[in-house]
Order: sequence, then structure tokens, then C-alpha cells
Amino acid sequence: MSDALPENLAQIREDFLDLELRDRLQLLLEFSNELPELPERYADHPDLLERVEECQSPVFMFVEVDDNNIVHLFVTAPKEAPTTRGFASILVQGLAGLTVDEVLAVPDDFPQDLGLTEAVSLLRVRGMTALLGRTKRQIREKTAA
Amino acid sequence: MTVATDPDPRFANYAHPERLVSTDWLAANLGTPGLVVVESDEDVLLYETGHIEGAVKIDWHTDLNDPVVRDYIDGEGFAKLLGSKGITRDTTVVIYGDKNNWWAAYALWVFSLFGHEDVRLLDGGRAKWEAEGRPYTTDPEKAPSVDYPVVERNDKPIRAYKEDVLAHLGNPLIDVRSPEEFSGERTTAPAYPEEATLRGGHIPSAQNVPWAKAVAEDFGFKSLDELNEIYRDGAGLNDGDSVIAYCRIGERSSHTWFALTHLLGFEGVRNYDGSWTEWGSAVRVPIIKGAEPGEVPTH
Repeated sequence: MSDALPENLAQIREDFLDLELRDRLQLLLEFSNELPELPERYADHPDLLERVEECQSPVFMFVEVDDNNIVHLFVTAPKEAPTTRGFASILVQGLAGLTVDEVLAVPDDFPQDLGLTEAVSLLRVRGMTALLGRTKRQIREKTAA
Repeated sequence: MTVATDPDPRFANYAHPERLVSTDWLAANLGTPGLVVVESDEDVLLYETGHIEGAVKIDWHTDLNDPVVRDYIDGEGFAKLLGSKGITRDTTVVIYGDKNNWWAAYALWVFSLFGHEDVRLLDGGRAKWEAEGRPYTTDPEKAPSVDYPVVERNDKPIRAYKEDVLAHLGNPLIDVRSPEEFSGERTTAPAYPEEATLRGGHIPSAQNVPWAKAVAEDFGFKSLDELNEIYRDGAGLNDGDSVIAYCRIGERSSHTWFALTHLLGFEGVRNYDGSWTEWGSAVRVPIIKGAEPGEVPTH
């Protein structure tokens, strides 16, 4: 499984697993602070965004597939939900520049392999699993012939 | 009690006004010897983004729950946790948190299982503190290591298991979930993750009083008169009633447990922490669908 992980995701996982539990939270917080703002075309059109019901805070996301078959993921989550923002940011950075096929090949249980289930609990990690699942579903819908 | 209580007249009518402190009181008492402020949130990283100066963090998932069995930590675990947070058995503990103190009330209830005597809530929690423009710090947690005795948890007075609820049927039950969860339309709070409950609905005869009804516009608790109207007039509770409150996993009902016990003065109120994630999956327990409380089965 691990061999199949794209470079960015593998690096993120390694970074987390290298840390003690407490420091993993700090790294998650750094990711949280790095979640990019929505591009204006979505900020002005909330109707285009899909709500991620599985997340405990209001989280909205949108996937674009460009002409080169590269996936672009956009996510927004409130600052009162730093954990959710951190999960979203990991996926946004980890999937950046990947093709449709590469994203679809990311293991569905990748979020559980970051060493975060002990640090933040399995229940919370489900929010990231759901986000990854929805990302893949949107890609499949957008690329369906 | 080691630290004087908050004499705020807004709390004076409650049954146990010593269980609440105002934001003013806390701001004035930060750093008082014998006082430890605890933040307990739904979001495990919120404390790190900014917290009240000197506050320590206790997380409901990673600190208070047993990692293996669906239960709370034991006396040794609790002693180790509190000792590491600078809390002794005599410490005055003030807990606050996000989501109008859901998780703060939950932590307070767990502290109460261990009989920690002086534990209070910051009325209004993070929301009120922020609305008033009060400061946060991102300083890392700093607490002296102290000794907390190993005290055996005493569940019986304030915690109900499923068997207790079955034996309790016929007495008042308060279901504090949303109307959609109560009716069985859905099994989780709107926008919350599915937690694998197999059936929807509520425990027969339960009155549906969503927890947030106890919260005022300023994020603090409503006045005694307003609470009486909700729980006595509305839900039909009377003095001397034995009451059990429940929700999905026992966190929202901790908030209601606090209001019934410490603000309205009901005695022997229990929180059923197994709540709907247990009842809604248990075999052959009675369930009622729809908006009406329904009847307790007679056999």
C-alpha cells in the first residue's frame, strides 16, 4: 500500500509518524493555518460548494479537473474548527498536482495511517476519510463520459 | 472550597450558584492560588489556537475516555491526569469550552463521578468570553506536577446504564437531542457524523427538550424562571422526580444534567451516557418513533 502513495502524501505521512503524539497535534495545527482561502469564483458562489455532512463543523468543498486531467481541491471550514481545517489542508496539499487516476488510487484509509487516531481519536479522523471519499466521488462524476 | 464563589446576583436564584462563575469573575481571579482553569472542547486543536491565560486542556476523547472499553478512565487514570494538570483534590476547578460548554459540562460531570468537590462552569464558555473581546494566549500548557489521590469512580448517583434506564421506565426521561433525532427521522445531530446506530427514535415516554433551550442569547444559562418554564411547566418535571437525561453519547445531556442538578436543584438526576448510540443498537429494547413521547410498554 505504502509504495502506491504519491510523493506528497507519503511525505506528509512520514512527517506525522516521525513525531511524538503531542507534536503531531502541533503539525496538524500548522496545516490548519495553511488552508488556503477559497478562490473568488467560489467565495462568490457558495451554491457550487458541496457540504461535507460527516464533518462536525460546517465544511464545504469543491473539486475541479483541468484540461490536463489534474485535480484541484478547494475546501472551506471555520476557524473555530481547526482540526477539520487541518484535515482539509493535508488533503489539499497532499493531492496538489495529482492526476485523476492518481487521486482515485489513494487508499481510502489513508487518513487512518497518519498516526492521528490516537492523537485526535478515530471518530474525528472520520471527517478526513469522508472528505477524501467525497473528493473521489466528485472526480468520478466530473470525468464520467 | 478554596476559592471564594462568584457573588454575581444573576446566579443567586439558582439552587447551587457556587457552580457557576461569570466571565468578569474569572478575569478577576485568574492566577488566584488554588484555582485551575480547564478548557474542554469538541475540537481537539481549539485550545492550541488560543485559550484563556493559564488554562490547561483536558480532551474528552483522548483524556477522559478509556481507550479500550467504552467507559471513562479509572481512579488511577484520573489521578494521573489531574496531577499532571496541577489539580489537587482541594483545587477549585473552573471548566469552559466551545459549543456553549457541551464538552465543558461533560468534563464537569466526569469530574463529579470522581467526587471532585469544587468544580464549576464558566457561564457562556468560549463564546461569551470571545463576544466580550477578552484575550486568549497561545502559550503552551504549563502546569506543575502535583499529587491527586486515587479515588474510585462512583457512577451510581449520577450515571445510568442501559439496565438502569429499563428499570427506570415510567419515571421522567429527558431526551435532549434535536427533534429530527427524537422522531427517528435521523440518528445523528444535523451535520454530525453517522455513528452506526441501527434504529432511529426515542426511549418510550421521553420528553424532547433539546439541550440548547437552556442557553440564553448571551451564550450563558437562562434565568431560573425561564428554566422552570422549560423543564417544569414544559416537560412536566416535579420536585422529587427521579430523572434520567440522554442524548447520543452523553455529552449534550451532561449540559442538561448540569442545568437540572445545579441550577434547578433536582436531586439524583442521572446522565445515561450510553445514550442513543447504545439504545438505538441494543437488541429488543422498546423504541418509539415520531414526535410524541409514547407509552411505556406494559409487559
